[in-house]
Amino acid sequence: MVKKLVCIQCPLGCEMEVKLNGKMGVMEIKGNRCPRGYDYAMEEMIDPKRILTTSVKVENGDIDLVSVRTDKPIPKRLLKEAMEAIRKAKVKAPVRVGDIVLSNLLGTGANVMATRTVEPKKSEDFENKNEKDLKECKAI
Amino acid sequence: MRTDVLVIGGGAAGMGAAIAAAKEGVKVTLLEREEKTGGILNQCIHNGFGLHYFKEELTGPEYAERLKKILGEYDIDVVTDSVVKVIKNKKVVTVSCDGVKEIETSSIVFATGAREKPFGALMIPGDRPSGIFTAGVVQKFINIENRLPGKRALILGSGDIGLIMARRLTLEGVEVVGVVERMPYPGGLARNIRQCLEDFDIPLYLSSTVVEVRGKERLEKVVVAKVDEAFNPIPGTEKTFKVDTLVLSAGLLPMVSLVSDFATLNGTSGGLATSNIGQSSVEWLFGAGNSTVVYDLVDYVTIEGERAGKFAALYAKGEKLSEKIPIEPGENVRVLHPRWYSKDDGLTIYTRVSKPIEKAKLVIGNYERTLTNLMPSEMVVLKVPARYLEGFNKLEVSIKEV
Repeated sequence: MVKKLVCIQCPLGCEMEVKLNGKMGVMEIKGNRCPRGYDYAMEEMIDPKRILTTSVKVENGDIDLVSVRTDKPIPKRLLKEAMEAIRKAKVKAPVRVGDIVLSNLLGTGANVMATRTVEPKKSEDFENKNEKDLKECKAI
Repeated sequence: MRTDVLVIGGGAAGMGAAIAAAKEGVKVTLLEREEKTGGILNQCIHNGFGLHYFKEELTGPEYAERLKKILGEYDIDVVTDSVVKVIKNKKVVTVSCDGVKEIETSSIVFATGAREKPFGALMIPGDRPSGIFTAGVVQKFINIENRLPGKRALILGSGDIGLIMARRLTLEGVEVVGVVERMPYPGGLARNIRQCLEDFDIPLYLSSTVVEVRGKERLEKVVVAKVDEAFNPIPGTEKTFKVDTLVLSAGLLPMVSLVSDFATLNGTSGGLATSNIGQSSVEWLFGAGNSTVVYDLVDYVTIEGERAGKFAALYAKGEKLSEKIPIEPGENVRVLHPRWYSKDDGLTIYTRVSKPIEKAKLVIGNYERTLTNLMPSEMVVLKVPARYLEGFNKLEVSIKEV
């Protein structure tokens, strides 16, 4: 049996063919332009894995969400469960790129890592600025 | 205020341009209309960025923050919350909370990016209820503002942003009933079809389009029909989807309104026409990024931004730049960038074919290259060595089927 695959490791998207024998053993992998493609095809046949990117609620941040990703691919079959676990998480600003938001997600060994900086909210400054703007508007 | 190089737009192209210009030792001012630099990268929280430029796979915000960090290492005047209203004769008028200001400059790098084709441009019959959004707006709602657009969604257009939003919506618990594409092939990259649609069993309806939208206040249903080769809906093929949300991913349009009345546009991309060093038809105006041509990869945006920034700085310093010779699109070339070649730097061509081609020969000057599996959705990027371009006063890029 021959299975067709598109590599998702980089935007080149190599079209690959994986030859399998009856017992799901991989016989041959063709079409990949780099070793990452080979590894991807192998994994895709056994237990497909994906990097999960989503976001986590931030308390007292200048924006409400911090974008996050798993620091390594997790099994595709766990994506839904992983989203549920991540949805429950909360962090406090400031958050820095690389901060671990959740460790060992669902026992996969992957950590959920922040991919953006979120600074604490500057609430007073904001109000002052609003007042200043209002005054200026009235002056005009 | 006076500066040497004024960069308009603080996204992946503008930041690259500002960094490269600053390396040349000139005074650089970067204008950004949003509160923060980073442009669209800030809301593209998925991964797949940076493999060429940073040699590492990053998400959009990470890519933006890396560029921001490099930007901070140079003495660059970054002005945020500032909108450009007029560009005229090396003078720019900006509007911000601080009022209206004029900036004089020696050269400009125009890096305003692209905007999404809006619902109004699609001329779809029916009602005009709420619940119809462009993919970029949905992306901002979900990834920045912590809001969901609806409960059940259909996506029109299979461009990469549409595919990525199909996955994002699904992960956030919105039911995505399908992606509709009027072409007989997908608009986005093959890897995104795989990891955004097939991974989640989201159907892709090719050669189909939305023919009607219905709903009183909120969207209630969307009618989809098959189209013939001339994109006319085929009667009797209608299919109704009960959805409260329609997401549009109908393509990006380079943002050129500030320059379109005095600079030449690239008819193949709709963007500002530039040479391989980023120079436009107006010698002090340089362009880079999605305002020149809509790229597949942000890495190329930054690389070409750097190039435009460097040459804008050299121009500002009074260096004489070479004559540029035109590059014209030939057979099977739908999109072509750049549109002139200057010997001052190497030539990288960015092109899209007008139809899928299995095996083709790309020709420019004395250069030939055999290419396989070409798709309009996947940009062909080729470095052409200068020795193949000598002795020409005009160049043409053609992609012949073989």
